[in-house]
Amino acid sequence: MVTVEQVREAVARIPDPEIPAVTIDELGILRGVEERDGKVVVKITPTYSGCPALDAIREEIRRTFVELGVAGEVETVYSPAWTTDWIDEHARRRLESVGIAPPVDRAQVTCPRCRSGQPRTVSEFGSTACKALMVCSSCGEPFDWFKPI
Amino acid sequence: MGEMVVSGPPQGALPGIDGETRFLYVLRHGDDNLVLAQRLGEWISRAPELEEDIALANIALDHLGQARALLTYAGELEGRGRSEDDLAMTRTERQFTNLLLCEQPNEDFAHTMARQLFIDAYQLELWERLASSNDPTLAGIAAKAWKEARYHFRHSSTWVIRLGDGTEESHHRMQRAIDELWRFTTEPFMADDVDRAAAGEGYGVDPSELEEPWLARVTPVLQEAGLVIPTDPYRRVGGRQGFHTEHLGHLLAEMQWMARTYPGLEW
Repeated sequence: MVTVEQVREAVARIPDPEIPAVTIDELGILRGVEERDGKVVVKITPTYSGCPALDAIREEIRRTFVELGVAGEVETVYSPAWTTDWIDEHARRRLESVGIAPPVDRAQVTCPRCRSGQPRTVSEFGSTACKALMVCSSCGEPFDWFKPI
Repeated sequence: MGEMVVSGPPQGALPGIDGETRFLYVLRHGDDNLVLAQRLGEWISRAPELEEDIALANIALDHLGQARALLTYAGELEGRGRSEDDLAMTRTERQFTNLLLCEQPNEDFAHTMARQLFIDAYQLELWERLASSNDPTLAGIAAKAWKEARYHFRHSSTWVIRLGDGTEESHHRMQRAIDELWRFTTEPFMADDVDRAAAGEGYGVDPSELEEPWLARVTPVLQEAGLVIPTDPYRRVGGRQGFHTEHLGHLLAEMQWMARTYPGLEW
């Protein structure tokens, strides 16, 4: 018999489809796992309403249900609204290690490559809705910055 | 789109207004966002620059995501088993209740930015208030959308100022767009029976309360852009009742043709 805790551990390991360096748990997308009416309910929340990764995440969670042989359901919750504050310290360091500036105020953004400050914003929207595209004014490296919301 | 479950309390737990009113109220805001997302999506691969292409696509995705949440929830409130796809793909023009502003064609980039400025300013006020709805599911969707409307507004207002205060050509186009779309800016603030019933019970927002704050947001942007606020009293209304401009039919034809030609198609 698979426990709710085992399901939680398994789904918490699922990497984010667009930023595979971090898990859906570390990003704060995974909001809870509970048992309800004989089913395991996994609650997730979108980073942005239209985040296309959410469908991929749902599929991945359903695949985990099949692997574990449990009856499960994925539920999308909107409240409280996702915030970058939920991205934990470990995940922030991981983001930086793969070249993405973590969500800090615009004035505090430093280049993930050379660590110098004062990058220039190229576009308010980067490779995904949750990131803006910046370029380092010191080393010239273009990089994504996770926008704080 | 795949099935989606939006969590909420058991329907019996909601106070006040009847299910039909709740359904219609949530549906109209879903329709606004669906139609707008479709319009913005038409820019993909055609925007004036690559960064803008990405920006418009991302903003379209936000509106599509909001539409999906609202239409899914509307279907749950209706209780007839209609999914987001059923509501999006199998209703006719007369059954869509979006604002006329949302369906207006992209025309040039100035038109798109004028339309977006007007809608972003409206939605900023709407979502902020709807985030306090006595329906936790609707409040949750609104609180999320509110965050997104803030940077949508930042994007559109920046462009309106840049174009209005730009070259002679860009100023002319921006002013023309403002003039042509102004006639659609009364409709968002006209309350009908659904709005009044929803607002009266603390479920929704009375749209007439949004007009003043909307104007207070839009006016300084137009002023900074060096644009003239139109005084033409001509107004177009009717979207909430399903009376649309000619443009919606064409938009729906393109959006719905595949779902209608191959019902139940999956890939």
